[in-house]
Amino acid sequence: MCLAIPGKIIERDGNEGVVDYDGARIKVRLDLVDADVGDYVIVHTGFAIDTLSEEDALESIELWRQIGELQDESGQSQ
Amino acid sequence: MNQANRNDPRYIRLLAGKIAEQARFLGPLTLMHVCGTHEHTIVSSGMRSLLPDTIRLVSGPGCPVCITPKEDIERMIHLARSGLTVTTFGDMMRIPSDSGSLADAKAKGADVRIVYGIANALSIAHEEHREVVHFGIGFETTVPTSSVALASEPDNLSIYSVHRTIPEALDFLLSNSLAVDGFVDPGHVSTIIGSNAYAFISERYGVPQVVAGFEPGDVMLSVLMLLEQRAEGRAEVENEYVRAVRPEGNVKARTLIDETFRQVDAKWRALPVIPKSGLAIASKYREWDAVHRHRDVLESFSYTPREEDSACRCKDILLGACSPQDCPLFRRACTPDAPVGPCMVSVEGTCYISYKYG
Repeated sequence: MCLAIPGKIIERDGNEGVVDYDGARIKVRLDLVDADVGDYVIVHTGFAIDTLSEEDALESIELWRQIGELQDESGQSQ
Repeated sequence: MNQANRNDPRYIRLLAGKIAEQARFLGPLTLMHVCGTHEHTIVSSGMRSLLPDTIRLVSGPGCPVCITPKEDIERMIHLARSGLTVTTFGDMMRIPSDSGSLADAKAKGADVRIVYGIANALSIAHEEHREVVHFGIGFETTVPTSSVALASEPDNLSIYSVHRTIPEALDFLLSNSLAVDGFVDPGHVSTIIGSNAYAFISERYGVPQVVAGFEPGDVMLSVLMLLEQRAEGRAEVENEYVRAVRPEGNVKARTLIDETFRQVDAKWRALPVIPKSGLAIASKYREWDAVHRHRDVLESFSYTPREEDSACRCKDILLGACSPQDCPLFRRACTPDAPVGPCMVSVEGTCYISYKYG
């Protein structure tokens, strides 16, 4: 399943890094992108596959947050 | 249209209105997507109920676990039973084959482990000094992660590749007269291969395509863009997911894929062999190709194909020819707890998504 929500790189050590998703932090590999701390990335099976502009990323994160709230209200789970 | 309102119900309703308006001047149309995540977005948002009756939005063969042939699952079970450590994505564990599933093999003592990505498999090989075979499934989004592992020339790890590619599958479906009037192309596959990769399909078959993101507003807008192309007599590849997809894709990833894999004809479960739709490991990296590295173990493997359960309609579902509700087993003999076909096992399977969110 594709994870469409972008995360922000908060640490980088060579080709490894940590990406923050609204407080949840996961280790990612950065071999496939030219990205650094502060950049927003899309992650697939533990690898960043693309970088997003901050504007697009923040908008996407907000929209997914709204979808999450709507689904919580209707009793669905992700 | 302000993109910030992409999921606003008013924006979705506006799109639904525009879609209905366009549809009035077009005949019945079948649009196909090939992505489990798109199906999830469509079903969980109830989008199909917003489309006119004349517009069918169907799911094609976009679930990588569902299209992995039984024979390959049985080879992995054979490798696991021989004493090797097998790593796999969680979805694949319970997919049935004629010799049971990888989960069954694990229950009987084989060392089969679920990993989130190939980096976890590399860690197991490195830290536990175990000989690991990673089950390399997935489309172009996952392929470059296997490429990174191969290019690192790891100790103790090889990959059994069942990677498959999407444009070749779309080409095959249309060359076999599948009646599709437009494709919603998968967002993150396209992040890697780029929107240009689909151009030959529109040129060859005159079928419009739109690369789409995963939010409900993305998919709705893509449907409208496809209808507009039909109405204007255009057949080209448009990109709705501009925030993450470039025409050329991720060049770094594509270069790595080209270096580590080669195109081969490949079987898809429930479908025939599709020309050039598989990726085998390049001979330069043969040492990390499980088929070569463990050829002595695989020599004793034999496989006799058996027909799929006749009542299971997974094959038709993978071609968009029927919906889960058309299958006599759906919700009765086939549920996520007791799945009959792969479409009910995987979280990306059309039946699973319909059962859970429909």
